[in-house]
Amino acid sequence: MKKRRAYRSVLLTTVSAMALLVFCAEVGSQTAAANKKSETATGNVEKGKELYTSYGCYECHGRQAQGSRTSGPRLAPNPIPLSALTTYVREPRGQMPPYTSKVVSDADLADIYAFLKSIPQPPSVKDIPLLQ
Amino acid sequence: MSRSKKESVNRRDFLRGSAAGVAALAAAVTPVGAQDSGKSAAGTPPPMSKRAETGEPMAEVLTTDRPGADFMVDVIKSLGIEYVAANPGSSYRGLHESVINYGGNKNPEFITCCHEESAVGMAHGYSKIEGKPMGVFLHGTVGLQHASMAIYNAFCDRVPIYMTMGNMVDATLRRPGPEWDHSVQDAAELVRDFVKWDDLPASLPHYAESAVRAYKIAMTPPLEPVLLVVDSELQEKGAAENTDLRVPRLTLAKPPQGDTGSVAEAARLLVAAENPVIIADRAARTPAGVSLLIELAETLQAPVIDQGGRMNFPSRHPLNQSAQATSLIAGADVILGLEVGDFWGTVNSFREQLVRSSEPLVNPNAKLISITANDLYLKSNYQDFQRYTEVDLAMAADAEATLPSLIEAVKRGITGDRRGVFEQRGKEFAAARQNALEQARREATYAWDASPISTARMCAEIWGQIKGKDWSLVTETVPWISNWPLRLWSFDKHYQFIGGAGGHGIGYAAPAALGAALANRKHGRLTVAIQCDGDLMYAPGILWTSAHHRIPLLSIMHNNRGWHQELMHVQRMADRHNRGITRATIGTTITGPGIDYAKLAQSMGVYAEGPITNPNDLGPAIRRAIEVVEKGEPALVDVVTQPR
Repeated sequence: MKKRRAYRSVLLTTVSAMALLVFCAEVGSQTAAANKKSETATGNVEKGKELYTSYGCYECHGRQAQGSRTSGPRLAPNPIPLSALTTYVREPRGQMPPYTSKVVSDADLADIYAFLKSIPQPPSVKDIPLLQ
Repeated sequence: MSRSKKESVNRRDFLRGSAAGVAALAAAVTPVGAQDSGKSAAGTPPPMSKRAETGEPMAEVLTTDRPGADFMVDVIKSLGIEYVAANPGSSYRGLHESVINYGGNKNPEFITCCHEESAVGMAHGYSKIEGKPMGVFLHGTVGLQHASMAIYNAFCDRVPIYMTMGNMVDATLRRPGPEWDHSVQDAAELVRDFVKWDDLPASLPHYAESAVRAYKIAMTPPLEPVLLVVDSELQEKGAAENTDLRVPRLTLAKPPQGDTGSVAEAARLLVAAENPVIIADRAARTPAGVSLLIELAETLQAPVIDQGGRMNFPSRHPLNQSAQATSLIAGADVILGLEVGDFWGTVNSFREQLVRSSEPLVNPNAKLISITANDLYLKSNYQDFQRYTEVDLAMAADAEATLPSLIEAVKRGITGDRRGVFEQRGKEFAAARQNALEQARREATYAWDASPISTARMCAEIWGQIKGKDWSLVTETVPWISNWPLRLWSFDKHYQFIGGAGGHGIGYAAPAALGAALANRKHGRLTVAIQCDGDLMYAPGILWTSAHHRIPLLSIMHNNRGWHQELMHVQRMADRHNRGITRATIGTTITGPGIDYAKLAQSMGVYAEGPITNPNDLGPAIRRAIEVVEKGEPALVDVVTQPR
């Protein structure tokens, strides 16, 4: 059998990325109070890295959370606050599929967040000759 | 010309003789007792047996020096077809033999493929580089069945392919067994929904007319595949009885242009617009299309969104604003769509959750103008025509052919004050384009040193090796590799990009890339394919074809170990259904074992390196592979990559 891919899905992923970026900014401003609490949450980096892979986050956002124009936005470094991330993951307004607490607990999300926070800054463009 | 005795024995006579021979052999081994049964012709030996005993010469003629297929080759040569790609099949054996012997295996040259899907895929890629069809020969029934997905891709991609299929029409002449399985009452029916035209010629003169007609139809926008079903008898029997055979003259139809009134109205709207946007998908059929689109955009200083169905517009041109497509479309007051395959999806947003929803992306007062040959040609069954789009002005015409008159009309309509507005607009877009390039470079730094290797790093490494050469990228970049080449590289020639599969049928990229490389070979271009692993595994025998025919192609494997688009789809279902979110890899990944693509390629005679997991090893490997390709051979570098 020959597979035929829905053209729509290609477009959707692109739109999804843009929608998520916009939405994350929106959520970030709306949940300032919750953020204060979330920013104190702690998680396990190693476990978070494992969950990031096993739960399929990497599929759209890349294994280093670098994002893709055609599947999902960059998540790290400098991730949005945990509370904003949690809000979006539970009830995404864009194309991202919902991850309810039934399948990803708050503790799991905290671990994933810890992993995202651990991702270092990339090298500068000026230090990469191939990008000049 | 009178029919010679040598050619006077037809296939029916041959088969009758063969049957008699078989009967004679059977008689020879018949038990003695059976001869007494009275069932055999009493005491009368079969004719062949008698001849064999007496040495009497046979009356039948068993050869012909001028089969019908020779004339078919004459016709094919007249059309300028350089290659026919095929997997051998007995239903077209006459044509096969005539191409390689009578035709000298040159124009067309027989390109041996390991699968019919590969043959059609090669023709697909070839056509988008060369601007004309490549031939494909297909075996009766099973060959066309193998080819069907690739034909559908070409149909959706508006690409002409010239296909000829064998079929034994006369049931009384078919050999018992396989020839029946490979014969069919209405051969083209299987693909009639996605070829533009087909025919089953009943004679050689009929073949000649239909062959030329098929070429003309294929090359008239919208360009599409065509299929001729050629009776095996017509190929193999002598052609000498046809005293009036001639090759009809080919005159291609001029592409349809938009009517004068509509062109004038479109020009008026574009000149008056404050925020016009030009969207190009399969707009540039030829290199001239790129030049014309540049002229239109620069005349208006209007932004161009290149959707990448073809290389429509230079990637670093100041007016190439593809990176900010969504915001430009949302703010536009006039949108000109040139051969846009999915206009509705372009001007609407669509959300795919449990309940699917959509909303307009454009300003309700925006004027939408469409120029597309798709309005001239639709079929009902397959749904590649996308959702109906409400536009204000629709020209059922070829966009490239319409651009000259549209440009002239725009120039006539520009007043001094509008020119000033345009100039200011152009300056702003130039700055935005530079910002987009810098943004792309910054985004490429993320995961720069990661393993698996990021697609940004892979594309930057390739660019670093090819940017000083005359290169041609012949695989699509969206969605598989996050569109990095079109964001980071400088494309300014038509042959530097050829779009994608059309129908999103996986298995297109590897053969299409090789077909494109075949077309590029005589131009001395370095052909580059960023080859997805899942795509290659549909028909990896294409690697052997590349080595056998010494087609220089640099394949860089985007080896993310899966059919990743499908992995994301299954993940989406698992999320939506609140279960099993750790098992989406089942059925969607190519692991356990991972495939060693370098060894696979080497086994078929292709130079190969990999798997490469350290990004610092990538540049040197690509450089070594290019050295091989520049000597005229294919080469493959297996890169273990991030998903997208």
